[in-house]
Amino acid sequence: MRIGIDVGGTNTDAVLMEGTTVVGWVKTPTTSDVTSGIVTALRDLLEQTQANPATITGVMIGTTHFTNAVVERKRLMKTAALRLGLPATQSLPPMVDWPPDLREALGDHKYLVHGGHEFDGRLISAMDEKEIREVARDIRKKGIRTVAISSVFSPVNPEHEQKAAEIVSDEIPDASITLSHEIGRIGLLERENAAIMNACLGELARAIVNAFEEALAEMDIQAPFYLSQNDGTLMSAEFAKKYPVFTFASGPTNSMRGAAFLSGAKEAMVVDLGGTTSDVGMLIRGFPREASVAVEIAGVRTNFRMPDTYSFGLGGGSIITLRVLRATEPLRIGPQSVGYELITKGLVFGGSTLTATDVAVAGGLADIGDKEAVQDLDKGLVREVLERIQAMVDEAVDRMKTSAEPIPVILVGGGTILVSRKVAGASEMIRPDHYPVANAIGAAIAQVGGETDRVFSLDRMSRDEALTQAREEAIQKALAAGAEEKTIEVVEVEEVPLTYLPSNAVRIRVKAVGDLALQ
Amino acid sequence: MRWLHEQNVEDLALGAAVLGTGGGGDPYIGKLMAIQAIHEHGPITLLSLDEIGDEDLIVPSAMMGAPTVIVEKLPRGDEIIKAFRALESYLGRKITATMSIEAGGLNSTTPLTVAARLGLPMVDCDGMGRAFPEIPMVTHTLYGISATPFAMADEKGNSAILNTIDNHWTETFSRSITIDMGCTALIACYATTGQQLKECAVPDTITFAEKIGRTIREARAAKGDVVATVREVTGGFEVFKGKIVDVERRTERGFARGEATFEGVDEYASRTLKLHFQNENLVAILDGEIVVSVPDLITVLELETGEPITTEALRYGFRVAVLGIPCTPKWRTPAGLELVGPRYFGYDVDYVPVEERYGA
Repeated sequence: MRIGIDVGGTNTDAVLMEGTTVVGWVKTPTTSDVTSGIVTALRDLLEQTQANPATITGVMIGTTHFTNAVVERKRLMKTAALRLGLPATQSLPPMVDWPPDLREALGDHKYLVHGGHEFDGRLISAMDEKEIREVARDIRKKGIRTVAISSVFSPVNPEHEQKAAEIVSDEIPDASITLSHEIGRIGLLERENAAIMNACLGELARAIVNAFEEALAEMDIQAPFYLSQNDGTLMSAEFAKKYPVFTFASGPTNSMRGAAFLSGAKEAMVVDLGGTTSDVGMLIRGFPREASVAVEIAGVRTNFRMPDTYSFGLGGGSIITLRVLRATEPLRIGPQSVGYELITKGLVFGGSTLTATDVAVAGGLADIGDKEAVQDLDKGLVREVLERIQAMVDEAVDRMKTSAEPIPVILVGGGTILVSRKVAGASEMIRPDHYPVANAIGAAIAQVGGETDRVFSLDRMSRDEALTQAREEAIQKALAAGAEEKTIEVVEVEEVPLTYLPSNAVRIRVKAVGDLALQ
Repeated sequence: MRWLHEQNVEDLALGAAVLGTGGGGDPYIGKLMAIQAIHEHGPITLLSLDEIGDEDLIVPSAMMGAPTVIVEKLPRGDEIIKAFRALESYLGRKITATMSIEAGGLNSTTPLTVAARLGLPMVDCDGMGRAFPEIPMVTHTLYGISATPFAMADEKGNSAILNTIDNHWTETFSRSITIDMGCTALIACYATTGQQLKECAVPDTITFAEKIGRTIREARAAKGDVVATVREVTGGFEVFKGKIVDVERRTERGFARGEATFEGVDEYASRTLKLHFQNENLVAILDGEIVVSVPDLITVLELETGEPITTEALRYGFRVAVLGIPCTPKWRTPAGLELVGPRYFGYDVDYVPVEERYGA
């Protein structure tokens, strides 16, 4: 049996699954330290299902720890950025486009040295071991133990990053090193930014992985645990210590993957209605469509693969602001929300704040809490609020649609009760079983994957050979990540010709995924 | 005369993406470099065309190469200075000002770096009023001005001076050398006197791009209709509103060519627009009929944010507005249309100015 856990802004959800069957689930408030909320969810789940901890084969966790740390500039390591590319790239040193306070939080330690490759694999300049050794000694002297290494065109040829890492390790044996080609794609600044961010989260990652291990041990769960990544695949605890940055934005991905699993739909729109906000995203071949533009995290441009979702300020806890003076005054729904305090502040829970959930109960859409508490609400007002909520959902779905064709709409998340009728442009409405915990289910069922993204020169090979080689590399990476060989399939192939030049080069990106081989 | 500070550069880069008509490269790198240079050397002097002397020597500066490579192998920063020095020593004269050869895309901001570093003024004009894919496609060509002597330099310290019999040969040689230089090079070419420039350049395009960028920024802050404000400030016309339902790409002679299909929304419901591109957007075809073509500008904007979308970023599912914007009158002459008109790009149709089709 597997346990899936997803930490959201409002709730921490946990689910126990036997194969493809949901055995039980719980929802608990997210705590400010995150970990204690996860422990509570685990304990409640085991208690509720009476499952024997020995039968658990894997625990999958989707967490917001790392995004929060960067956004709040807390627990970030002093980090040195080492870039190989001289004489190129000097005009824009590492972290040049970061918010100054975040750059300062990391100490603003940057070094440029010789090395790096051209697009076709030629050297920009030879690597200079002595130069790197001197930099490493300077880093050591400053007491820095975290290093992010980038080199020009490392996605095409990672050799210089790897060799530089050996030299740095030699000089600083306890250094924790991130190599940019393992994190991001073509686009030096964005990839380097992602690598530096990953590096500065290293200590936090080790602390959190240890805390999770202790929490599982406390509950006699011996199974390995995994963290959700933002592309809908999993990483092992050991991998997570090295690559915490891949957890960014895993929440919306988990919801969408869970919705796909629960409904069986491969092409559909998923609306995840939460406590404070809701996300809409489109499933293509069972995976979230990915954002095609550079994604900013805490003000820093990165080139992660991120799910392409649209967030809007509507949830079960959304505060309804009524007209006080005159009829022309706007009636407001959100974006303020009582969040996880819904269960004490909402009218139906004995509180005094009018929320979207209260209106849904008054309108007969749900039977939650004390119905009497909302029976005096004006019928016209209830109708108007519910219409407005419906219009918000209709519009959000329409924004994300790719054609006028009707498409199945899957509703998941605790706020699902707010939707009273068919969404405009929906071919059918799907409210799958266990919809409140689709995110945790998405974590539990996640697969493992491998991705390759690099430039191929077609002077020495045909396009077909290049595609075959790229596919093979992605499959090998999926295997290395722990995928069961016979379940691996290539889910995405993207080809971008290098423009403006008659040279024969093409950038190919391939992603392969497979089921996690447990035991 | 006025000064360009950091905020001016931000606005210029955003507006340049609109004038890039889907190509011209991402202005982000050029913008960062210009802002760095301003931090180090102070603001840049921008002169209008009528403020330069007839005897001045003005040399445009630009980046050449593949946008996908430019974002990876970032410039060293002084390549363009090497190219300028090489050209000066060849000509035996000091360069007195620089300018943008291409106000659309990346090369709107490239000259700012050399202007800041060498303390040269930049002239408020360019050679296209938009972006185009080839070296000869500048208004200078229409006035018989040679691209050569053409200086190019890489980050390693190499530089070359080309002398060719016409601007098409410059294109051929410079592409080859650019590839050898690692798919990126900084170039200095189309040197003119002030007198020549006043005749051949597209005037005030830096200020125009900056104004477009500022308008977008202000419309966003005011939560206004960004697409409508871009249309107004550019004097353009709304050609279509819809969603991208298909994008097809192929590589031909080193260019990214392709076609995007849009399905209409609102008043365009049940209508179909096809957009053909070769790095930049070439023609817009509404229900089978070409409604806007080069050299007029065809710009795709994200419907909600007004963010200009490059041809590389066109993707299934985007909700967009397509604008047609009149080009400079210089391109509407027989010689201009021969160089950059629809027939040059393989469309056997006569060019019809966008305002004739859409104007009142």
